[in-house]
Amino acid sequence: MKVLVKGAGVAGLTAAFEFAARGAAVTVAETRPALGGNASWFAGGMLAPWCERESAEQPVLDLGRDAADWWDAATPGLVARRGTLVLAAPRDAGELDRFASRTTGYRRVEEDEIALLEPDLAGRFRRGLLFPAEGHLDPRQAMAALHDKLAATGVEFYFGADAQHVFGFDRQIDCTGMAAQNDWLRGVRGEMLTLRTPDISLSRPVRLLHPRFPLYAVPRTDHRFMIGATMIESQSGGPVTARSMMELLGTAYALHPAFGEAEIVETGVGVRPAFPDNLPRVETKGEIIAINGLYRHGFLLAPAMARRAAKLVFSHDRTKELAHETDRQRRSA
Amino acid sequence: MIELYGAELPSRLLLGTAQYPSPAMLAYAVRASGTAVVTVSLRREMAGGRAGEKFWSLIRSLGVRILPNTAGCHSVKEAVTTAQMAREVFGTTWIKLEVIGNHDTLQPDVFGLVEAARILCEDGFAVFPYTTDDLVVAERLLAAGCKALMPWCAPIGSALGPINITALRSMRGHFPGVPLIVDAGLGRPSHAATVMELGFDAVLLNTAVAKAADPVGMARAFGKAVEAGREAFSSGMLEPRDVAVPSTPTIGRGVFS
Repeated sequence: MKVLVKGAGVAGLTAAFEFAARGAAVTVAETRPALGGNASWFAGGMLAPWCERESAEQPVLDLGRDAADWWDAATPGLVARRGTLVLAAPRDAGELDRFASRTTGYRRVEEDEIALLEPDLAGRFRRGLLFPAEGHLDPRQAMAALHDKLAATGVEFYFGADAQHVFGFDRQIDCTGMAAQNDWLRGVRGEMLTLRTPDISLSRPVRLLHPRFPLYAVPRTDHRFMIGATMIESQSGGPVTARSMMELLGTAYALHPAFGEAEIVETGVGVRPAFPDNLPRVETKGEIIAINGLYRHGFLLAPAMARRAAKLVFSHDRTKELAHETDRQRRSA
Repeated sequence: MIELYGAELPSRLLLGTAQYPSPAMLAYAVRASGTAVVTVSLRREMAGGRAGEKFWSLIRSLGVRILPNTAGCHSVKEAVTTAQMAREVFGTTWIKLEVIGNHDTLQPDVFGLVEAARILCEDGFAVFPYTTDDLVVAERLLAAGCKALMPWCAPIGSALGPINITALRSMRGHFPGVPLIVDAGLGRPSHAATVMELGFDAVLLNTAVAKAADPVGMARAFGKAVEAGREAFSSGMLEPRDVAVPSTPTIGRGVFS
């Protein structure tokens, strides 16, 4: 079976992986000149379905539960599984209780344990929530690793390719996000910053609750931190606004004053594709299967959606989970 | 039934559209609440011309009247410009006017509010000013041309409920013929019922519903509370007494003991 995957964001790459794992000959076409520049590129990379349940509906937890396992198997060594730490300033202590009442899979931590978990935050917060089963990854590393792995197993990639009129494929998987023609889709703008400071080390994503300006800081390599992210009902992919940057920086400073001295090494904007219920969909129209609406849950939900799409095609379901097999085994299969 | 700027509305609950888990959830909440008016903020969605169009069309498809607001505006100029944009985007002269004076409490800047209200009323807008419970400010707003007022009962999003019942009572007493809509600070349905019992004409809320664990259930609860409070107000409530009064008369006993 020949499969064309349109779009090399997280939806396209995971779909390519699932179809290739089931023996399809996969081609990936991406209009951008290289990996990146899409919403996935600016993602936080948090694999945090329990935390997300605070505002997301149950399917996000159900579909996202196995995401860390999937990424661990597909891109070994890139997933850190040290949980998520949720904190609030003493005056916003009520926010912690509210967050706790909406979620599961956490335990309460006090000042002493916060100091053990994140020594650099010692003495700054009295109470918090630890979601121990959650993980995180660097989206750019993960996308590159997935791309390289797919390319090595024979998946063909065409960048800068306008795959409007193509023939000869048994199936097309439309993973074009905001570029897809779908009246139900809308864009939700997210602005992020990357800060660099050697003065702070974090082992895991930290979420700082605030009634107006909640924030997360995801540690990357080289003393960098991804600081995110705004949620604005807008399709605009234009540069980060002064107000958003002020809010993000202000809250980062509240998390740790050393962020005040950090270098701003990057600002970025991604427009997340979302359906009205903010839940993703796999839709079939003839030979075309569309995966879209991953909203703010790209890395969390793409594996489950890719699997769902592949199962639609290989519906007699003799599918073994091939993720753990070596490339050689897969080629000979 | 309530009349606001000549429009007859079947519900005394006005609902904000921000902060819901999803637009779909918002639509269910609007339906469950029975509201006839939703407010929508133009401020942030404006980033990039009509880039917020998709969300706005979702709001339009709710099938209820839209009251655009100038949330987050800190100056007269900003608020007036936002109101003019809102008129164009939503095709309505209705505007909920917010001019914020304090970043922390989101307290209205009443001086800027009166000025912006005057400019917008002269320009033909139907202005719903978000104000404090100050009577003098209320008078100035009416003099500026406002035909309805939206006093807060506590800071926006604080969920504190009516923290100054006396001020609210006195406001109701001073402006018996003016539609008064309690806006901001309501946390639970009993708060809404309380201000409706005081004789306020309507309530506007957002966070209490949008941030509830089940926004749809909470929207329905607020809808009922607003109706209950209004009906109680029009039905004449019993004033508190110092003695117990049995609802069934006790026969054959001395009354004056």
